[in-house]
Amino acid sequence: MAGASRLSRRRTRAAWVFLAPMLVLLSLVALWPLARTIFYGFTDANLLHMQDAEGVGFANYLSHEGGRWRGVLADPLWWQSVANTLEFAVISVTIETVLGFVIALVLHTSFRLRGLVRAAVLVPWAIPTVVSAKMWSWMLNDQFGLVNSVLLRLGIIAQPYAWMVDADLAMKAVIAVDVWKTTPFMALLILAALQMLPTECYEAARIDGIHPVHVFFRVTLPLVRPALMVAVIFRFMDALRVFDLIYVLTSNSEQTMTMSVYARQHLVEFQEVGYGSAAATLLFMVVAACVGLYLTIGRVRLQAGEEA
Amino acid sequence: MKARAAIRSGSFYALVAAIVVYAVFPLYYAIVTSFKSGSALFRPDLVPPGIDLENYVLLFREQPFAGAIVNSLVVATSVVVLSLFVGVTASFALARVQFRGRSLLLVTILGVSMFPQIAVLSGMFQLVRALGLYNTLPGLIVSYMIFTLPFTVWVLTTFMRELPKELEEAAIMDGATSWVIVTRVFMPLLWPALVTTGLLAFIGAWNEFLFALTFTLTNTQRTVPVAIALISGASQHELPWGIIMAASVVVTLPLVVLVLAFQRKIISGLTVGAVKG
Repeated sequence: MAGASRLSRRRTRAAWVFLAPMLVLLSLVALWPLARTIFYGFTDANLLHMQDAEGVGFANYLSHEGGRWRGVLADPLWWQSVANTLEFAVISVTIETVLGFVIALVLHTSFRLRGLVRAAVLVPWAIPTVVSAKMWSWMLNDQFGLVNSVLLRLGIIAQPYAWMVDADLAMKAVIAVDVWKTTPFMALLILAALQMLPTECYEAARIDGIHPVHVFFRVTLPLVRPALMVAVIFRFMDALRVFDLIYVLTSNSEQTMTMSVYARQHLVEFQEVGYGSAAATLLFMVVAACVGLYLTIGRVRLQAGEEA
Repeated sequence: MKARAAIRSGSFYALVAAIVVYAVFPLYYAIVTSFKSGSALFRPDLVPPGIDLENYVLLFREQPFAGAIVNSLVVATSVVVLSLFVGVTASFALARVQFRGRSLLLVTILGVSMFPQIAVLSGMFQLVRALGLYNTLPGLIVSYMIFTLPFTVWVLTTFMRELPKELEEAAIMDGATSWVIVTRVFMPLLWPALVTTGLLAFIGAWNEFLFALTFTLTNTQRTVPVAIALISGASQHELPWGIIMAASVVVTLPLVVLVLAFQRKIISGLTVGAVKG
């Protein structure tokens, strides 16, 4: 017994030695920068001289000066960015879930060339976001774009649309590109969940002659719901921090500005590190709340995984 | 009955075809566009009038694009090597040793993998400058650890948990240290998992944009996504679309080949990373 406990002590010591490089690296590139960002949010730091930043309390967030409210929380553009981000995240994740489910169900049935179709579905996922943004902005180009030309020829629209500039269309276009790019991820996650379902229920349903649509809503959907929820929250968090796609498609346009784009504009272009850090901290808190939700839902599976 | 079955399988295959076209068409159109130049560029034909390589020639002659590809390769490869090396040892400890605080550590790692990049941007900028790595490739390599390392550790831990206990017990009986167990006993079994996580880390680093845009300044240090985003023409309204599409094809095709070749591995990595969370 004494030997066993000595052995386990030695193993525990070895474990911490093994963990050390990762812990050092992660503290350096994750926890430290995060702490600094939160700290800068309470200072008047400027990009050109970040060292001589002075504390300003909550002024970057909200302050009342000379009869006016100032700070991120008093900026209408910030609130528009919050609304844009939510609109983007909710609509794109909803469409991706529905579309992803359809694709997953198709890939779950066996048919000839299924491997090839699955490979084709993976293509948008593999394309760098910047590249897919460029591909789509070319197809959606107002003068020479393929989309306008096809819609004109089919008589669906009377004159070419300025997809990326028009206030009503820009967000729709951005969402369409995001849906194209990330639906494969959703489809694969749902497919993985479908493949883990017990086949007995389906046999029973088939023998009882239950309509496939009923089987879907009564059997399939309830069974994959836990995995689906995790996938949806995962994607939702990803959508909340969206940057590349919006920045490349519509730059700093107010119609599509998200929280990340807003924070970066202040941090880098306006060089207001303090103010930008305050906005970044707010975004972090929103995402952290979602992570908390994700972990509470995911916990059950984490423990189940450990017991196995 | 037969007619109904035919209609059903017909509409099923129509759906399959629609999915494939939807997924692949934008890439196809980018390839078509990259072969057009002059006035052909502005006619939306679905088949190029001929294979015109002018855009590709211009891309490598007038843009610093070859350098950007080399930079991206260096950054992505280094990121893979570093995160696998650090990830294997860490995930051995997390998967095979019971110690206090393990669950908390796992949850923290998962949490870090969801940090919005923008939330660490100003702190990371300061760190990169303090280390003297601003506008250098090592600056990007170090900062990319924030998203590749948690993911690598998480997936490798999941894989390593499933290795049989007996192997390890036999090795301990023979007096093997933990280091020997990791390098001699587990490593040979871990190859599939290493390929999966390595590929995903490579793709992540190859595609990253925000840090690369913010932490580099000169053309010689830029990676491919930034180089593409910054390709510009004579004026803001005259983007050289042919060249941009040629660049897009050049960076995408190797990735697509990689993904098609390692489909199964990538899918298993993605689903372990997310579904089992």
